[in-house]
Amino acid sequence: MDTVGLILIRGAIVIVVLLTAFAMMTVIERKMLGYFQLRLGPNRTGPWGLLQAVADGVKFIVKEDIIPRDADRLVFRLAPIISVFTALAAWSVIPVGPPIEVGGRPVPLSIADPPGGVLVVLAFGALSVYGVSLAGWASQSKYALLGSLRASAQLISYELSMGLSLLGVIMLAGSLRLGDIVAAQDRLPFLFLQPLGFIIFFISAVAEASRIPFDLPEAETELVAGYHTEYSGMRYAMFAMAEYIHMITVSSMVTLLYLGGWNGPAFLPPVAWFGLKVALLLFVFIWMRASLPRFRYDRLMDFGWKVMLPLAIVNLLVTAVAAALWA
Amino acid sequence: MLQAYTDVLIFLLVGAGFVVLNMALGRLLRPHNPYPEKLTPYECGEVPVGEGQVPFNIRYYIFALLFVVFDVEVVFLFPWSVVLRDLGLYAFVLMVIFLVMLVDGLVYAWKKGVLRWV
Repeated sequence: MDTVGLILIRGAIVIVVLLTAFAMMTVIERKMLGYFQLRLGPNRTGPWGLLQAVADGVKFIVKEDIIPRDADRLVFRLAPIISVFTALAAWSVIPVGPPIEVGGRPVPLSIADPPGGVLVVLAFGALSVYGVSLAGWASQSKYALLGSLRASAQLISYELSMGLSLLGVIMLAGSLRLGDIVAAQDRLPFLFLQPLGFIIFFISAVAEASRIPFDLPEAETELVAGYHTEYSGMRYAMFAMAEYIHMITVSSMVTLLYLGGWNGPAFLPPVAWFGLKVALLLFVFIWMRASLPRFRYDRLMDFGWKVMLPLAIVNLLVTAVAAALWA
Repeated sequence: MLQAYTDVLIFLLVGAGFVVLNMALGRLLRPHNPYPEKLTPYECGEVPVGEGQVPFNIRYYIFALLFVVFDVEVVFLFPWSVVLRDLGLYAFVLMVIFLVMLVDGLVYAWKKGVLRWV
């Protein structure tokens, strides 16, 4: 098995890649939104505005860190740390490709691939609620409190349909290990066997990442910035970091569970297929942000409980009938 | 098999270390100059009215309760779906009975108007 050193190296690589992807995403998103709205987007710092991410990073680091007067200082400081930590932690089990040969021995392209991988990702996704709700509560500010309440209710509501739609895939693959689930899709991605499940999972994933049209927790037209209204400097950047890493995580999960993971025609290496599929999904996230208005809160809750949840249960039953008859 | 989970644990420590280091490094670089106006909670530039902890809609609480009920039931569904194809029809029928009760709870909450966000 692996030594601690190898895991440390892989862990460092995962963190560096995720942070680079986060930085690039912020620039590419603004650039794309610019093009969607017939303007240029950031174009002053570096070629094609690409160094904007570096400029933003430097600015976040040297900005003052303000802790409001009435805030619960310990929890206020802890909340962004919890957010980033839970976002990163999900990556401990996400594989990006089949094991590769390095120096004569196989190296898996994930930190670990435990038998309960899907559960680990779901668990850390669920824990991310704590970062958001504690942040709003500890700020002792009205906007922050309202934002965090909305976030908690939204995240737990859509988590249900997310978990239920996932069960269809698990039934078909017969395993909770992400590597096995990808291996089960080598001929046909589960997208074609679970179209309803895919739609429910993707919508829940957008809601879990709090992206438009589900960005009620930080609805800037009514709540200023929602749960992170009182945050500044590096702590604010950490919430942004958590949000973007979360977006990459759910895109990877959709890829692994429904789009066949790293399976693809042989003219590209498996890792490239994985990257391409994730990039496509991230583009869809940005595309939706450019095209869709925000939900009204009562509609959001209605949609989650009266449409998504029943549909997820129907999908589960239909898949179960098929799986039980087939067995 | 447990090895995989210890690997996860090691990565969690690396992640925690990274996050803490991130905050500690910033502390050396950023200015620190608080004064009373800067530290007031943000309320569109006005002096804040009342406390930060405002009363909120009881519905948030009810939805949280509902979530706990359903989420615990979803937990039971996970092991079942892993082995469904090996256990076949018998396990399927048992779980359908369980699911009927789950759906029944949802229908009850729906009819009672709990799911209505007023």
